[in-house]
Amino acid sequence: MIMSGLKIYNASPIFDFLFPRELTVGGWLGGALLWHFAFMWLLVVNGLIYLTLNFYTGRVWKKFFPISPKELIKDVLDTLKGKLAHEDLSKYNTIQKLAYLSVILDIVVLIASGLAIWKSVQFPILRDLMGGFDNARVVHFAAMSFAVFFILVHLLMVALVPKTLLIMIRGK
Amino acid sequence: MSEKKIFNPHEKEIIKDVYKGLDLPTRRLFGKRALSLGAISMLTGCTLTNEDSIEEALMVMSRFNDGVQSWLFDPNKMAPTYSEDMLTKPFPFNAFYGEDEIRPSPDNFKLKVSGLVQDTKDWTLDELRAFPQTSQITRHICVEGWSAIGKWGGVRFSEFLKRIGADSTAKFVGFRCHDDYYTSIDMPTALHAQTLLTLTYADEVLPPKYGYPMKLRMPTKLGYKNPKYIQEIFVTNVNPGGYWEDQGYNWFGGS
Repeated sequence: MIMSGLKIYNASPIFDFLFPRELTVGGWLGGALLWHFAFMWLLVVNGLIYLTLNFYTGRVWKKFFPISPKELIKDVLDTLKGKLAHEDLSKYNTIQKLAYLSVILDIVVLIASGLAIWKSVQFPILRDLMGGFDNARVVHFAAMSFAVFFILVHLLMVALVPKTLLIMIRGK
Repeated sequence: MSEKKIFNPHEKEIIKDVYKGLDLPTRRLFGKRALSLGAISMLTGCTLTNEDSIEEALMVMSRFNDGVQSWLFDPNKMAPTYSEDMLTKPFPFNAFYGEDEIRPSPDNFKLKVSGLVQDTKDWTLDELRAFPQTSQITRHICVEGWSAIGKWGGVRFSEFLKRIGADSTAKFVGFRCHDDYYTSIDMPTALHAQTLLTLTYADEVLPPKYGYPMKLRMPTKLGYKNPKYIQEIFVTNVNPGGYWEDQGYNWFGGS
């Protein structure tokens, strides 16, 4: 999704730069659009299943809440001192809770702004919410950038605390 | 003298000698390398067929998306309209060729009509101008992502289709253009209230760069679905495809 999106961006850049060809997929605009509009279903279907299960089972409240500002400050300070503990990997610390919640919200914005670009006539409320067609492209780009940032930080964290990989895959 | 002649007399002996010289592990390694070489050549074969099947799968998804989009399309939803002061000036020229390659349509031009219609008579520009005229200021959205606001005026396309007795239960309306461009649209979009067979741009006769003598303007579709220099309009149940659509752009191409 990201790599084909970069190629679509290159066809009519919003900002003063282009992405190198090596980071893109699809070969040309038409190919990139085919990738983007095929793989969007993977994201949408996965996202819907994830959200449905999380809300239906109540996991979302157990895992991500409560978020206390006091604990957040403590966790941030511990992280800076390099002392953030991971005794119980099944419990998210406050930074994790915020990071995961924000990326979930980001993907919702990503899909909503994409829908506003793709179907700007059929979804007028969404279009207005994004500040019009042209602005929806900027929102879409910003949401993509945040997702890339999250992925990079996420990978870095797994590299620093490799034992989390197992629990991520097994779920236990 | 050919190479074969040089090597032929001693070929077998040389091979035997070299074989003797190779110790077992080296031979095994050589065998392994030969195997992996074979594997690589097989892989390239695989890659080729994979690319074809990937493209096929992507096209299947694009057809699926055509279906989703026609299901989403609400004929009563109108594209936003804008005020005169929001017009993009100058409105960009866009085609599959450069602006210096425009081939202007002749002045004695007549619009041809064919396919699933009752009246296949040709239409002069004056006859089209005699229809009730409407104009609207809408946003043209290009598949590349840029957009521009323009003012087009002309005949409501549904009115024209009614006049020629087009079969409104047919699936497609196709367009053949003077510059060899071609495209086609779904009947619900053809009948949409904002779909205009335009004869003017900014209240002036459509200039050559914007598609004289006529352009079909649909604010519910991307730019490449809006044909210029239209010569023939036909109604059909067989999808006529399009210049860009046949190269991979999504056929429905609607917003």
